[in-house]
Amino acid sequence: MKAWCYRIMFYPKSMTLLLAVAAWAQSPSAADNSNAASAAAIAGSKENPAAVNRGAKLFAANCGGCHGANAKGGPGAPDLVRSVLVLDDEKGILIAPVLREGRPNQGMPKPNLTEPQIADIVAWLHVQTYAADHRTTYTFLDVVTGDAKKGQAYFNTTGKCGSCHSATGDLAGIGKKYEPFALQSRWLQPRGARGATASDSPRSAIKVTVTLPSGESVSGTLDHIDDFNVSLFDASGEYHSFARDGATPKVEVHDPLKAHRDLLAQYTDADIHNVTAFLVTLK
Amino acid sequence: MNIRLFVLSASFTALAGVAFGQGLSSATLLKQPTDNWPTYNGDYSGRRFSPLTQINSSNVHTLSLAWASRFAPAAGSAGATVPIKSTPLMVNGILYFTSPNNVWAVDARTGRELWHYEYPPNTGSTIGNRGVGMYGNWLFFESPDSHLVSLDARTGKLRWKVQIADPKLDYTPTVAPVVIGNHILVGIGGDHLDNPGFLESRDPETGAVQWKWWTTPRKGEPGIETWPDEYSSSHGTGQTWIPGTYDPEQNLYILGTGNPNPVMAEKSRKGDNLYTCSIVAINADTGKLVWHFQPSPHDTHDWDAVQTPIQFDGVIDGKPRKLIAQASRNGYFFVLDRTTGKNILTKPYIETLNWAKGIDAQGRPIPDPAKYPTTDGVLVSPSSNGATNWPAPSFDPDTGLFYVGTSRPYAMFYLTDTDDHPEGWGGRDTGVGGDPGALLAIDYKTGNIVWRHEWPSGNGVTHILTTAGKLLFTANGTNLIAFDPANGKILWHTGLMAALSAGPITYLLDGKQYLLIAAGDGLYSFTVNQSAK
Repeated sequence: MKAWCYRIMFYPKSMTLLLAVAAWAQSPSAADNSNAASAAAIAGSKENPAAVNRGAKLFAANCGGCHGANAKGGPGAPDLVRSVLVLDDEKGILIAPVLREGRPNQGMPKPNLTEPQIADIVAWLHVQTYAADHRTTYTFLDVVTGDAKKGQAYFNTTGKCGSCHSATGDLAGIGKKYEPFALQSRWLQPRGARGATASDSPRSAIKVTVTLPSGESVSGTLDHIDDFNVSLFDASGEYHSFARDGATPKVEVHDPLKAHRDLLAQYTDADIHNVTAFLVTLK
Repeated sequence: MNIRLFVLSASFTALAGVAFGQGLSSATLLKQPTDNWPTYNGDYSGRRFSPLTQINSSNVHTLSLAWASRFAPAAGSAGATVPIKSTPLMVNGILYFTSPNNVWAVDARTGRELWHYEYPPNTGSTIGNRGVGMYGNWLFFESPDSHLVSLDARTGKLRWKVQIADPKLDYTPTVAPVVIGNHILVGIGGDHLDNPGFLESRDPETGAVQWKWWTTPRKGEPGIETWPDEYSSSHGTGQTWIPGTYDPEQNLYILGTGNPNPVMAEKSRKGDNLYTCSIVAINADTGKLVWHFQPSPHDTHDWDAVQTPIQFDGVIDGKPRKLIAQASRNGYFFVLDRTTGKNILTKPYIETLNWAKGIDAQGRPIPDPAKYPTTDGVLVSPSSNGATNWPAPSFDPDTGLFYVGTSRPYAMFYLTDTDDHPEGWGGRDTGVGGDPGALLAIDYKTGNIVWRHEWPSGNGVTHILTTAGKLLFTANGTNLIAFDPANGKILWHTGLMAALSAGPITYLLDGKQYLLIAAGDGLYSFTVNQSAK
């Protein structure tokens, strides 16, 4: 990696600092781990992916030595993802002059870059700020950190998962069907939707029985419930709707996934990671 | 204190005398108006309690629609589908309210539109707009591209606009400006990037800055010791996106501040991170911090402490006290002495809380480092949405109860940015379930829940209004509901075309009390059918 070392001339404060600069420049992990811009960030930023890829290499080689390969800054060199100049930039109008001329009076020498190279670096920088700004583009990291054996034990004992599920039955191959992050999310909340509770969907798994004062009773799949109405689809698909007034009519809701919700108050984080590690093995 | 009051009232009288026939005098804001709803919370206390009794528990069953009207932004414009999240103001028979990029003036008697102002297209966030502030005949609101915009309330014509922050930094300017004397208090939102938070006071005539208070300290300022360095503090965010409340006796504007940044990656901001997730008391004339209390020290879960801190006078251990209370997004209910900021009571109001190790000597929850977001995820309740959020709570002095809409969500909190210099959110949380939640009535003396109403579905985090007519108005989904505030009994309900989207208000007009509701892109005006005289 080609890294400028002019910073040393301007900030010769201590040996520690020199080492820090060196460590920063040489750390390869910064570029290729956590917040390396995802495809979603590149797409969202509307920059050309090829230009962004070229820009990443050009930035690492020409700028990363001081600003860090991920542009988050280094000792004495500003974080460019937080740079107001970078954030204010459109189409390189503000960034390009800095890349052409440097900022010698602030310790940044004139780089030796062609106009297309400058455009590539600009594109890459725009993706970095876009990525930081849009958390939906963030990439989840490794969730398989638990102990599969302990997870299996939890599954079979404490968690009582076996009372509804079987590793060789309904869950066979689950580790192949979902990548680990999706698997962890789905087993914690099988219904999937964020915050989903009593569902408004006719396809809900929630069953309900409504018993009228006359003793007549209707059962089916819950469609909607609030304080003033309950509605359902019976086994033949027919829709029924009832006004509610306090305890009349009697409404009994059976949510098969209530057990999952109740477990949320009981899991330790280790339980969760262990169970995920176990389920991942169910290929 | 007496001198302060004298000076204030003297200047207010002068102001009212000179300027405004049909407008709103700043002095009106110091009263508890019943024929107006002149500021975000109705009055400065934040109680959202009306002394009106014409609509009351005996006749609420006859509450019926006076009119309903829709006020949709231009189809296809930015934020066109965002509901009306602004609490309308009602001044001299005219309603003023907003959605992002849009302001309306509407005849409160009929629902007829007087004017509709459309802000020019821009790329700012249209997550919501919480309304206008009013001074004389001038209205003030925030644009998505970080400007304070002033309109002539009589015509809807633009007076001026001034930039309050760099529009390219992706702030989310949503807060309703609050008018105190000749100060237009302006906050800002947005924690996507690590931008500094602030509260500032602007001149109502020119828009010029009178003072600016950064929510996080700079070098040499008190509180800087709660950050690793000035750099992390100046990028520590702490936004001001919900209006505060005002104590005229002390001339203190008291508001909550938002979460620190990077939001979920705390490695680069060890310490309490003052004054993020804090309740702060600011001198309205100078912008100087007078006291603070921090509901969430070193927050890592996006639990802004911006929820309305409600002011009321009460009795603690037999002694009259000037109090301020907040049901905070982190799941704790706090009561403070509003003259000192000293904590009187801290108590969880949801049972699922699992992120604190206890409460420290100052009454602050102690965050459990084991529940900081990790790459493989930690299970935390509440989720980043919180046990409550920005929807308006209420305090009823007749019952002595604090009412808040709540939910009990769980989420997995993941760290996604393991760099030593994380940016932005640095992590995410994914909801994994929970309950719809409950409407809670909390005793401020004990923090005990006196009654609760569990919702069978929907989201329990919703807006509340109480009145001396022994009524509490709130909603569950599209159901608008009146409760007995003493015991939680449902007294009345009706169906709306959309979910309640802003705080209900009430006022007298032509001697008649109205209840006004914003839901989706509609306003609904209700009144009781009175017998013929």
